[in-house]
Amino acid sequence: MPIQTVELRNISKRFPGVLANDRVNLDVRAGEILALLGENGAGKSTLMKILYGMYHPTEGEIAVNGQVVQFKSPADALAQGIGMIHQHFQLVPGFTVAENVALGLKSSRGPLTDLNVVSQRVRELGAQYGLHVDPNALVWQLAVGQQQRVEILKALYRDASLLILDEPTAVLTPQEVQEFFGILRRLRAAGNALIFISHKLYEVKAISDRVVVLRDGRVVGGVATQATNQKELARMMVGREVITQWEKPAAQARETALQIDKLQALNDKQLPAVKEVSLQVRAGEILGIAGVSGNGQRELAEAVVGMRLIRGGSVRVNGKDVTHHSPAQMIQAGVAFIPEERMVMGIVREFSVAENAILITHTEPPLSRRALFDFRAVNTHVARLVREYDVRTPSLETPVKNLSGGNIQKLILARELSRSPRVLIAAQPTRGVDIGATEYIHKRLIEQRSAGTAVLLISEDLEEVRALSDRIAVMYEGEIVGIVPPTTSVEELGLMMAGAKKDS
Amino acid sequence: MNFWANIFSAGVSNGTALLFATMGELLAERAGVLNLGVEGMMLMGAVAAYGTAAATGDAWLGLLAGMLAGGFLSLLHAVVVISLRADQVVSGLALTFLGAGLALVLGEGLASARGVPTLPIYSIPLLDQMPFFGPVFFDNKSVLVFVGYLLIPILWFYIYRTRAGLHLRAVGEYPAAADSLGIDVYALRYFYVLAGGVLAGLAGGAITLSITPGWFSEFTTSGYGWIAIALVIFAQWDPVRAAVGAYLFGSLRRFTLDAQGIQNVFGIANPFFYDRNLQFFLEMLPYALTILALLIGSRAAIRKRLGAPAALGLPFVRGERGTL
Ligand SMILES: Nc1ncnc2c1ncn2[C@@H]1O[C@H](COP(=O)(O)OP(=O)(O)OP(=O)(O)O)[C@@H](O)[C@H]1O
Ligand SMILES: [Mg+2]
Repeated sequence: MPIQTVELRNISKRFPGVLANDRVNLDVRAGEILALLGENGAGKSTLMKILYGMYHPTEGEIAVNGQVVQFKSPADALAQGIGMIHQHFQLVPGFTVAENVALGLKSSRGPLTDLNVVSQRVRELGAQYGLHVDPNALVWQLAVGQQQRVEILKALYRDASLLILDEPTAVLTPQEVQEFFGILRRLRAAGNALIFISHKLYEVKAISDRVVVLRDGRVVGGVATQATNQKELARMMVGREVITQWEKPAAQARETALQIDKLQALNDKQLPAVKEVSLQVRAGEILGIAGVSGNGQRELAEAVVGMRLIRGGSVRVNGKDVTHHSPAQMIQAGVAFIPEERMVMGIVREFSVAENAILITHTEPPLSRRALFDFRAVNTHVARLVREYDVRTPSLETPVKNLSGGNIQKLILARELSRSPRVLIAAQPTRGVDIGATEYIHKRLIEQRSAGTAVLLISEDLEEVRALSDRIAVMYEGEIVGIVPPTTSVEELGLMMAGAKKDS
Repeated sequence: MNFWANIFSAGVSNGTALLFATMGELLAERAGVLNLGVEGMMLMGAVAAYGTAAATGDAWLGLLAGMLAGGFLSLLHAVVVISLRADQVVSGLALTFLGAGLALVLGEGLASARGVPTLPIYSIPLLDQMPFFGPVFFDNKSVLVFVGYLLIPILWFYIYRTRAGLHLRAVGEYPAAADSLGIDVYALRYFYVLAGGVLAGLAGGAITLSITPGWFSEFTTSGYGWIAIALVIFAQWDPVRAAVGAYLFGSLRRFTLDAQGIQNVFGIANPFFYDRNLQFFLEMLPYALTILALLIGSRAAIRKRLGAPAALGLPFVRGERGTL
């Protein structure tokens, strides 16, 4: 039977040192989109993983169509018609789309796979909901937006009628988000229930029917989307007024701190990704790089900080040639990096908060003396960073992998900014980060720039680029198509991001 | 039989033991579990098979005992690395020593056993008359050699064409994805580690009861367990390539023996014929070539982005953030 209602009753979940969910009550009905809001670490993902049978609640129960159910594993949840699309996709990269969909399903050919049948049905579902994707394509070759469609198809194929979408838009470009919303509307119209998690309030406002806000694991409010606005939602989430537009002091740009000349680099597939890019970032300014993802921004950042082989051109920091320097040498030269893939590059997942916080400075006094750590100094130092940058963690010894995404980002920021870099490369610094933390990160970036750091900001969020940058360079297919002032309209930037040249 | 047919014929027989061990390791690794204890499991299989056959007079019973012994050892590994999530390399190495040690103790005195039965030998009528291929593949072969022939296509089909094979691959590539769709990652990993152990035990039994009958303490398996691990990588986790590799390696071993028997090569005096001390270099050859093949094979694998199951060697914990 398709889902009419699902209720979470008094759900609590305790992890070592944290109460991630605290007596949460929540219900969702067929034909509506429920938005779940909350800061990083508020307990949204935990709650959804409980609903999907991945975690067992410490207390409380779940009822589907009024009947109390017990989920031992996701398979049980699926059997009740509940499907989840995770923050991190659960797809086998080396499999085709059809193989990924077929995983775990009964086959019409008994012990043999029936991929043709699956492909056929995938095409039908695709046509019905606008989820177009080639069933025979290998997943790793698909763009992120298409991979997400595969995730949704997987759930629909199993007759899921409640779809949980955990930050589905975080990985999508603005255009893809629009298409994605079209899909959600069609799913709703077909009588499905949807739970949608996002940190972007305008998305919540645009797509949801009802909003429930979590703070510190508790439900702090629920409203009809019609009857509220972004400001109120932000206040409910954070518990205070949130400033989204920063008054930033006029740039006091000084000498050129980072000079990039005709830089060339290849992407992972060994194709040219950065084509003779020349840029100058001066001390005391933020140069934003706007562009649709996959146009070479990431390769540019990695080449500049020494993590990617430079195939031509040069990089100078404060006039000194640092082309072909190793990341360690770049750090010596005063370059800080906030990487895009923070789970992979910025941290050591298994290390504690304290260890990650001193990854770069651990060899220097006062943290270490004669090859030994001064643990007292380390702890005071890290405790100060954690307090100053508002990193929410149960303790300094907690492994970083247990922190929520936004808090990991704040930790990286704290580490990188605390050594007063000359040049800061920030790649997608607020992706997946809640509005409170975003506000905070923005404030810090502007402060750092006003203190004389040259900041290279790479972001797909046009609002962010426009709000922070003193100049905006637009990147398209590995080239800079123009450098424009931050007052440039979104429409014009959009055109440039699609490749329209601009003389400057 | 000419010189080369001789070599390849012996290669196919020798290679059959290697084939079983390689297929077993391939299955375990496809499921994401590295088991470096193949040599230990083979030795246990070898001694259990030979000892049982000697005691009961039934070679088949011996073979069964060998498979059970290999399977039993592999279960230890499974518990340690799947349930307890210990390091797979360390556990595998420990298993090697455990298996070898146990086998030596159990095999005490077995070397002098007489009248131990061996597994039957068959020729396939008509097919064995083919020039070259007849003697190489079908004439006077242990029954297990034919089992090996059947195993290759069966495993290939199983891995690439069946639901179970799809699940096997998923568990090795991205266990979290499999888990989220209701596939029991732990159970499957246990099963394939066990299957690997049973096959390694079979490989050991094949040696002592058929290919080179007898118990020669730790030399019985000639390091085949290690070669099997290398072959899996060389084969890029593909059963057909693994089979070819196993037979080729077996042939190489025979070649190093036969090469000592020739006086002249193209009219030049064969140094290995005249100086017996040089034979060590010759015997090294198959192992050295294995390393070479490994280097080349793994480079090709990296370039083509295929090969190792992505989750190989990683324990699985449900619900961990951002893990495979
Ligand atoms: N497996 C775990 N072990 C220990 N603590 C955990 C675990 N998973 C989550 N937590 C903790 O539970 C709390 C809630 O985390 P959760 O991931 O649910 O937050 P979230 O609302 O989804 O945040 P985000 O917006 O960053 O995704 C956090 O304090 C987090 O550190
Ligand atoms: Mg989350």
